[in-house]
Amino acid sequence: MTVTALLPELTARAEDIAHTRTPTCPCGATGALADRPDGTVVRHADTVAKAHAPDTDAGELARRLTVSAGLPDVFLPPLGPAPADLHGRLVTFWPYGSPVDPDDPDAAPWEAVGTLLALLHRARLPEAVPKMRGPLKAARAVAGLRAVGDHPAAAPVLRAWAALPAWARAEAPMPRPAALCHGDLHLGQLVRLPEGPWRLIDIDDLGAGTPAWDLARPAAWFACGLLPGEEWTRLLDAYRAAGGTAFGPGDDPWTVLDVPARALTVQTAARTVTKAVTEGRDLDELDRAVVDACRRMAAIPGQLTHKSTK
Amino acid sequence: MQCPKCRAPMHTYNRNGIQIEQCSGCRGIFLDYGELESLTRLEAQWSQSAPPPVPPAAPQAYPAAPQPAWGAPHGGHHYGHHRNKGFGRMLFSS
Ligand SMILES: [Zn+2]
Repeated sequence: MTVTALLPELTARAEDIAHTRTPTCPCGATGALADRPDGTVVRHADTVAKAHAPDTDAGELARRLTVSAGLPDVFLPPLGPAPADLHGRLVTFWPYGSPVDPDDPDAAPWEAVGTLLALLHRARLPEAVPKMRGPLKAARAVAGLRAVGDHPAAAPVLRAWAALPAWARAEAPMPRPAALCHGDLHLGQLVRLPEGPWRLIDIDDLGAGTPAWDLARPAAWFACGLLPGEEWTRLLDAYRAAGGTAFGPGDDPWTVLDVPARALTVQTAARTVTKAVTEGRDLDELDRAVVDACRRMAAIPGQLTHKSTK
Repeated sequence: MQCPKCRAPMHTYNRNGIQIEQCSGCRGIFLDYGELESLTRLEAQWSQSAPPPVPPAAPQAYPAAPQPAWGAPHGGHHYGHHRNKGFGRMLFSS
């Protein structure tokens, strides 16, 4: 079924569910929150319906949904225990939560990011849980960059990618011990219900993996100069205080963060360059910051930086 | 990280891929193993120009967080007018 046909149907489903939850629905707030190949998200009043990517594995999504429903202190609780089938697309339903305010960087919930990740990483790892998909996403971003052809910024990004260990390129199993990981952490993955605390959303990449991966995107932002050190420190302190397991209490976090932070910098740079090429525009200053970081990685293969995990 | 000499916080700088810690109290500079060799090598490469200047202390309340050697040079107002734009990038999958 095409996306144009999917949207109205998805909206109708969200509307149905919203009306079972709120008998006095004003029917005001309806709209698409996101409409991308990897998922279409529609909101009606306090209900959100997400149509997952067409290639989503039904069994894996069901397991991920069950795991997230079992961690109400970490994840926004799903409405309903199993994904629905909407003409071949898997759909899940969620309460609507307010996102992080993009116009107020000072109000960003860095402590909540640290605490929620620590709670997630400390959670019991269920036996029947799929693999965390972080490295796979990085590999897909690099494949996308290769597909758009030559660009002066592509070479340093691909060089930095080639220097990564196989596990970070999704070509070997991730180092053990594994923990329950989100797999695609960024600030858009935090929402809160009215008067409620912050919770994580988006379970598509959830699974067993290397917990440092979840900290690695903020680490990459910090390393690339996007995230001030003070805010990065607040996140790390909250993660430590909540007993996060990605690194030991007295350890330098960069011993485990170096490899995944390089991988996420490469992923970001790959997407950035791919987008610029596709849109036929030059890289802006922030785009160049991530490409420059890839360039510096090639010059620092591990002698001057911290030892990477095998 | 604290200065081993006067216990004041250390600031981490990145100069040409070499991590330098400078004490905010006694201004002492500490290099990790191998970094002196790297600096000497760089100096030899650019012998015609002046040696790398000592970085000024960054105006931050927090001691600088450790960062990888491939990281960007962090400073007090490096983000400046790009803060909101950079923040926007952190709200989306990349
Ligand atoms: Zn309604």
